Amino acid sequence: MHIPDGFLTHSINAATFIISAGACAYGVKRVNRSFGEREVPLMGVTAAFVFAAQMLNFPVAGGTSGHFLGAVFSSVLLGPWAGLIIMTLVLAVQCLGFADGGLSAIGSNIFNMGIVGALGGYGIFFAISTLLPKGRKSFFFALAVSSWLSIVLGATAAAVELAISETSPFLVTFPAMVGIHAIIGVGEAIITTAAISLILKTRPDLVVSVSPGYRRKLTQEGILHENPI
Amino acid sequence: MVLILSPFASSSPDGLEKVAQAKGFSHKGEQWSLWHYAPMRDYAIPWIKNEMVSTAFSGMIGILAIFLLILGFGQLVRKRSKT
Repeated sequence: MHIPDGFLTHSINAATFIISAGACAYGVKRVNRSFGEREVPLMGVTAAFVFAAQMLNFPVAGGTSGHFLGAVFSSVLLGPWAGLIIMTLVLAVQCLGFADGGLSAIGSNIFNMGIVGALGGYGIFFAISTLLPKGRKSFFFALAVSSWLSIVLGATAAAVELAISETSPFLVTFPAMVGIHAIIGVGEAIITTAAISLILKTRPDLVVSVSPGYRRKLTQEGILHENPI
Repeated sequence: MVLILSPFASSSPDGLEKVAQAKGFSHKGEQWSLWHYAPMRDYAIPWIKNEMVSTAFSGMIGILAIFLLILGFGQLVRKRSKT
């Protein structure tokens, strides 16, 4: 889903760049306010993991492959703004170091995967887990659905951008993008829930997700246990 | 993880690439690029001929780079909050 140079018009890329830059600037402020010496290395490890996992393409239907995104994973672990920053950094390194994604399109890529993926995905996760009765099943259901949606909505955003850029009509691109990414999204949901589940079992203290109210909620629900150490 | 698994990663085109090929606009992504200095284009180290090793090593470098960059970001963030 890394858009190369040449797919989108400069206007779209400029618009998404401005939005993404603004969101990242705000995100840096938020992270600045709440993260300390403990959280930063955790951000580093999460970002490195997301980058590594994104390299591992898995075959999907008919000669196509997909890969893990990690937007919701990062956001649920460290909070939506840290999630955005992580996705942005991974995308920047991929673009500049590996020519994966065009530099002119970096705003659009960050918008689709960072803003829609991390912020939007986290919002969906938060909404679902708030609306459903508290408990382990709701938590993982919210996680699975928001992970799946982060992929599908990100792909939709790309289809919209391609349509506005007149690179390909919406009614042509949208079904094709959503079709493939609906399947990739299942992979994302599985990997995200498995990874978070593992972390909750082994190192629950790593689920930083900064707001204390959220940690309180998870502890109350018996999902997150205060680390006895 | 990258060291062991990346040689097995699928080399099929990913979702967007496939749609671009199928719907006829993939050529648009190959005409020009803004950034010419990517050292490890397509996740390969130019002077390592073995593809599996090349990919695995480029991944390791990327992982290290990202981790160091976040730590650097952390330093900046701490300096700011000290004022």
